[in-house]
Amino acid sequence: MAFWRRNTHIEKERHVKANARDYNDKFSYADNRIKTSKYNIFTFLPINLFEQFQRVANAYFLVLLILQVIPEISSLSWFTTIVPLVLVLVITAVKDATDDYFRHKSDQQVNNRQSQVLIRGSLQNEKWMNVRVGDIIRLENNQFVAADILLLCSSEPYGLCYIETAELDGETNLKVRQALTVTSDLKDITKLMDFDGEVICEPPNNKLDKFTGTLYWRDNKYPLDNEKMLLRGCVLRNTEWCFGMVIFAGLQTKLMQNCGRTTFKRTSIDKLMNTLVLWIFAFLICMGVILAIGNTIWVSWIGRNFQVFLPGEEFQSNAVFSGFLTFWSYIIILNTVVPISLYVSVEVLRLGHSYFINWDQKMFCRQTNTAAEARTTTLNEELGQVEFIFSDKTGTLTQNIMVFSKCSINGQTYGDVYNEFDEKVEITEKTACVDFSFNPLCDKAFKFYDGSLIEAIKLEDLAVQEFFRLLALCHTVMPEEKSEGHLVYLAQSPDEGALVTAARNFGFVFRARTPETITLCEMGRAVTYQLLAILDFNNVRKRMSVIVRNPQGQIKLYCKGADTIIFDRLDPSSEALMYTTSEHLNEFAGEGLRTLALAYKDLDEDDFEVWMKKLLFASTVIENREDQLAVLYEEIEQGLKLLGATAIEDKLQEGVPETIACLNLADIKIWVLTGDKLETAMNIGYSCNMLRDDMNEVFVISGHTLLEVQQQLRSAKEHILGLSRVSSVGDVEKTDMFADDSVFEEAIIAEYALVINGHSLAHALEPQLEHILLDLACLCKTVICCRVTPLQKAQVVELVKRHKRAVTLAIGDGANDVSMIKTAHIGVGISGQEGMQAVLASDYSFAQFRYLQRLLLVHGRWSYFRMCNFLCYFFYKNFAFTLVHFWYGFFCGFSAQTVYDQWFITLFNIVYTSLPVLAMGLFDQDVNDQNSLRYPSLYKPGQQNLLFNKRQFFLCTLQGMGTSFLLFFIPYGAFSVMVKEDGSHFSDQQTFAVTIATTLVIVVSVQIGLDKHYWTAVNHLFIWGSLTVYFAILFAMQSNGIFGIFPSNFPFVGTARNCLSEKSVWLVILLTTVVCVVPGLVVSFLRVDLFPTLTDKVRHLQQSRKKEGPQEQNLRRVRRTSSRRSAYAFSHQQGYGELITSGKNMKMSTVSSAGSPGRTPHSSTWIENMLKRKNEVSCTSDESGNRAKQTPKQQVRA
Amino acid sequence: MATSYNAKEEDGHHSGASSHGAAGVVKSKKPDNTAFKQQRLPAWQPILTAGTVLPAFFVIGLIFIPIGIGLYVSSNNIKEFEIDYTGVDISNPCYSCAKNFSWNSTTPCVCSMNFTLEQPFESNVFMYYGLSNFYQNHRRYVKSRDDSQLNGDQSALKNPSKECEPYRTSDGLPIAPCGAIANSLFNDTLELYHIDSNNTRNTIPLVKKGIAWWTDKHVKFRNPGFIKLNKHLCTNKPVNWRKPVYELDPSDPDNNGFINEDFIVWMRTAALPTFRKLYRIIQKKSNTTPTLPSGKYVLEITYNYPVLSFDGRKRMILSTISWMGGKNPFLGIAYITVGSICFFLGVVLLIIHHKYDTRSNSADIPN
Repeated sequence: MAFWRRNTHIEKERHVKANARDYNDKFSYADNRIKTSKYNIFTFLPINLFEQFQRVANAYFLVLLILQVIPEISSLSWFTTIVPLVLVLVITAVKDATDDYFRHKSDQQVNNRQSQVLIRGSLQNEKWMNVRVGDIIRLENNQFVAADILLLCSSEPYGLCYIETAELDGETNLKVRQALTVTSDLKDITKLMDFDGEVICEPPNNKLDKFTGTLYWRDNKYPLDNEKMLLRGCVLRNTEWCFGMVIFAGLQTKLMQNCGRTTFKRTSIDKLMNTLVLWIFAFLICMGVILAIGNTIWVSWIGRNFQVFLPGEEFQSNAVFSGFLTFWSYIIILNTVVPISLYVSVEVLRLGHSYFINWDQKMFCRQTNTAAEARTTTLNEELGQVEFIFSDKTGTLTQNIMVFSKCSINGQTYGDVYNEFDEKVEITEKTACVDFSFNPLCDKAFKFYDGSLIEAIKLEDLAVQEFFRLLALCHTVMPEEKSEGHLVYLAQSPDEGALVTAARNFGFVFRARTPETITLCEMGRAVTYQLLAILDFNNVRKRMSVIVRNPQGQIKLYCKGADTIIFDRLDPSSEALMYTTSEHLNEFAGEGLRTLALAYKDLDEDDFEVWMKKLLFASTVIENREDQLAVLYEEIEQGLKLLGATAIEDKLQEGVPETIACLNLADIKIWVLTGDKLETAMNIGYSCNMLRDDMNEVFVISGHTLLEVQQQLRSAKEHILGLSRVSSVGDVEKTDMFADDSVFEEAIIAEYALVINGHSLAHALEPQLEHILLDLACLCKTVICCRVTPLQKAQVVELVKRHKRAVTLAIGDGANDVSMIKTAHIGVGISGQEGMQAVLASDYSFAQFRYLQRLLLVHGRWSYFRMCNFLCYFFYKNFAFTLVHFWYGFFCGFSAQTVYDQWFITLFNIVYTSLPVLAMGLFDQDVNDQNSLRYPSLYKPGQQNLLFNKRQFFLCTLQGMGTSFLLFFIPYGAFSVMVKEDGSHFSDQQTFAVTIATTLVIVVSVQIGLDKHYWTAVNHLFIWGSLTVYFAILFAMQSNGIFGIFPSNFPFVGTARNCLSEKSVWLVILLTTVVCVVPGLVVSFLRVDLFPTLTDKVRHLQQSRKKEGPQEQNLRRVRRTSSRRSAYAFSHQQGYGELITSGKNMKMSTVSSAGSPGRTPHSSTWIENMLKRKNEVSCTSDESGNRAKQTPKQQVRA
Repeated sequence: MATSYNAKEEDGHHSGASSHGAAGVVKSKKPDNTAFKQQRLPAWQPILTAGTVLPAFFVIGLIFIPIGIGLYVSSNNIKEFEIDYTGVDISNPCYSCAKNFSWNSTTPCVCSMNFTLEQPFESNVFMYYGLSNFYQNHRRYVKSRDDSQLNGDQSALKNPSKECEPYRTSDGLPIAPCGAIANSLFNDTLELYHIDSNNTRNTIPLVKKGIAWWTDKHVKFRNPGFIKLNKHLCTNKPVNWRKPVYELDPSDPDNNGFINEDFIVWMRTAALPTFRKLYRIIQKKSNTTPTLPSGKYVLEITYNYPVLSFDGRKRMILSTISWMGGKNPFLGIAYITVGSICFFLGVVLLIIHHKYDTRSNSADIPN
């Protein structure tokens, strides 16, 4: 990733000259090639091996291998280590190679996308990777922008162009970019060829919303800002073509810089495993030291005298030196306590679990035809330990589809469906929709279920007509009629689009607009309204109005806005209606709908004239124009008559509230991090049931200075903890609070929610405040952060990750979530949408948020459970296997003589016992998937690390040690005087070895049978198969044939035959097996019987249910209890009204047809105004005023 | 174990048919609905319940105790006689031999020990020599051999494995058989006489055939083709040996070389530092008279093997055998103990289970 950094000195300033490759080459900027792969064919082997040996385990085995070559200490032949080691290296290498191959492929696919580059006077198709800094490229509609480019000109007037930045920040509304006036005339290729401007700008950085630079051209300087840049990852929309000059390419683009570094994610089990391996290593050294001391003593007491029969070299008879050598010998033979196969098996298991995720039908989304995908195969068990979920909103919780779902017109609600008994009916896919076939211009995708509204329309109810007329007139949507009757609306915010579409379907079709007219098709009749003024929306006003003159000559003001705002400005005559409507609004809001109130006013011609004059005057003043306009708007928007209210559903993804409720039951905290506005975010919070009315308090932190934020945070915390708990001594308290906040977390029963704003978050994330923020956030049940930048998302995740020892999961769908996804322990991407950035950066991807429930509660839980069981058993098995050598040491003069045959040592872990434990790790389930979802509390042991921790490890190694003790001493007791049935002597080393080995294999097989909860055919096959294979290999390796070929490698010839044909041997095996297994059985029986865990209970229940037969699954239904008032449904900013009235965004043809010469001179200065104002608006778009100057990061949306 | 086979559960999806219809147009990426991929493999799900665990304990108890008793009784029926002839004590007839042992002496030292068998030994009697504190299982000792050479491999004969050091070559010639194990071959000669009522010594015929494992004698150990005759073989005898390997048994030419049974028995190294190895078999003569009637016996030892230096002991053991091998009280006692413990545990667990029964509470599962 970071290759380019090495060969360029740190760039302070960037000089780019258009059409001058030679000049730009001097600076050796990164080209547009993207490389995420690690290896090529030649570097693969060395780099991969180097990486592999960096892993402690592999290095450890390499050292062992070297030790084994030294003959004085080699207690095992080299093949016992090298066979498994090579196996491990090969498997890992193959996996790395395939991963890298896919990375190569995806790089190649991106790099080979075509783009049109202006080279030597003509446009030529070039691959993306060949695009260079300084090139001028041409983009067409709906194309991805190939690099970060400076917009030079476009097909639209004034060098405007529209882009969608979903890949970057997740927002789907269109954004406007405008070229410099001087460059916007360069519309043909020859002019562009001659363009030789030089841009001097900031070095590459990851700030998506900021760009500073200067264009030097024809001895003039032009300032450049973000408004003139098209960033890689954006898509050009509604613009036929545009030209731009590449400023940043490839890895230096803001998109790639924002991707964050790819860090290798490790699971907590991994880390624990590494610690344990170190412990084991220490244990190994202890053992080695004990035995070495034993050897020293033995040599000086016995060995010295035993030299008659066992002479040694000089150094071997030196007791201390002999002890030293023995130490190493024992390190070698005891090394199997950390078996190499552990690491391979863990990898295999994770891979298997990943496949199960990929294969899960219940995580397959039929609509988008996407299955869940585990893109990282190393994190599965961590899915069973998640404590914090960070979720994006748009596209993750919501579908980003606004649907006109209900309305209240003149005191009458529409939208609910009732059956014949007058009961409300749940709207499902099967409910019949209203038939709009009477309307040839209707949108087929629009669905409405309440037929009474259409009746009202057909009855020509005046209020209803006026209602829809308002919706059709009062907006800033642009229509596009490609062919007759085929209308497409281009709305800046999806809610506006939804309203206009609703009006369209109910017979008030918005058909065309010019800067001064709006043409509707009202119930089949074309009606043209004269557009007199647009009183545009902004966040303070929270409403927008239009003033139109209808064909009859009446002047009317139509206004829509937040209910509180509208209700304040109503004519007294509407009071009664206001109360009814207000009730309806409550009802709508209670269902989580976004509401708007609609009102109109008839204007008197003369009054309007006077007002209009004032308006024209006000719009020309320089100072305080905004305020003056606001006053004027306020003046005319008085005495409105209420029409009704609309309710728009910000459609949640399927099953979101249920999923959130379920995850909450599993003690998973969900934080929503969204770039959206406070209102929208809170609204979704309510509709997802994350915010509820019965919560004790919802804290909204929206301070815009550090002190304010600190104050707000502190008071919120004091509120929760009760004043007595918080000392007033400033910062001292934060440390001790932090220390014992976990205690409080338990103690607090009341439910709180925290909503924090982007600006405030920027302050709250500073080191002084982050503790108090974190404490507060953890005390709250729900946390919503709104208007956050991608970087802040990552910072929040990082904060939790750093200070809470908890597993975090981030889920999102857009490129703005990438940094968060990469930061969290686990990143989940929502796939199936257009943008793939999030998915590409994620560890898991699936199509819908609700699958998260299954991913965590079923797959995660199983993975964790299996992995823990696997590890416990694995350590048990290897301790039982290895420590027999330790006990034997006391009887063989501490000479590092192995108990077993060397072949057995080689094969034990990789052949005899690998498959059963793998099968257990792959297939075991304690509780089936339905019950895992039914009882989310089953998830909690994972969060608390209960199934595998240091205590568990200690217990299972203890069991292993016990088993090894019995494995050695029972045969020892039996063998000391044993003879064969034919009287020949029998207590020889080889017989002893075969007996203990056989017992060991049987004991561990029985033990795994007891540890296992779920015996599938595969498990049976593997367990019985392994036993069979053990005996087959045993007899094969001790057969005459193989001895005849390699007499010195297989000295055990005939032992198995002689040994296993003895009854007494089998009696020893039976006895040892029973004695080894019974203690464990007693303990686990007592545990299950006396202290059953939830799992045990559910298992029991599951068993008894099964006997009764399948039962009806009782589904949890989430009831929304919220009755929150008003959420006004605007998600865009101010400014488009002016665009429309000026005609700037009309296509040439429409502008000319409008033919209003009086307007044109006025609007020439307008563009600058608009853009200037838009900047301000974006800063002040938050309801609490202009504070953005302190936080320039907030301007993403501008 | 409580068991039940988990039949393939109904798939919650009813969409099977409809989705297949759509699949015709766009290739559906829907994962296959197989029991394996959906992790619904039919499975046996055992649970530890009182109903399954407690009977298991009783069954183990009930099986183990009789086995233990059987083992104990048959072990007790085995007759065994053991005599230590190391010569540690001055009273021991072999004391002087043990004291004056020297590797260089050419005249063997002979001593004899008297002993009395209280009970007659029926059927075949096996004569063992036992060594204590002899570390035949020491790593360097164990590996100090060349199996290829012992298997008759010519090249290994001439060039023994390095593992045999320092008993690999002597006087420039390879040693056959090489290594510390072979070098330390037990070479005491034991002869047994029965003193009958007339005080005459009757030699008891000791059979030396069939004391080694068949596989060892016929597979693992083989002579190089010409060794039978070849006294001029270019090998040297092991340092401690008095005669070369092809003269180990002057009485039976087929019992010489690497396939000499005493040698084979020795070469099968013992697992523990105290061990016994079969020396001779005393075969039953007829059904009427016991093999070894009770009475007085003399054991005549040609004392060649020094063990005193490392505090070792040498014993001669006479033993009969039963269906489960030699005398071995350990197994019988162990079985009885384990069986009783299991039975006892079963009772204790039963009481605990009844007293503190917390089951039947699956209703209180929180959501």
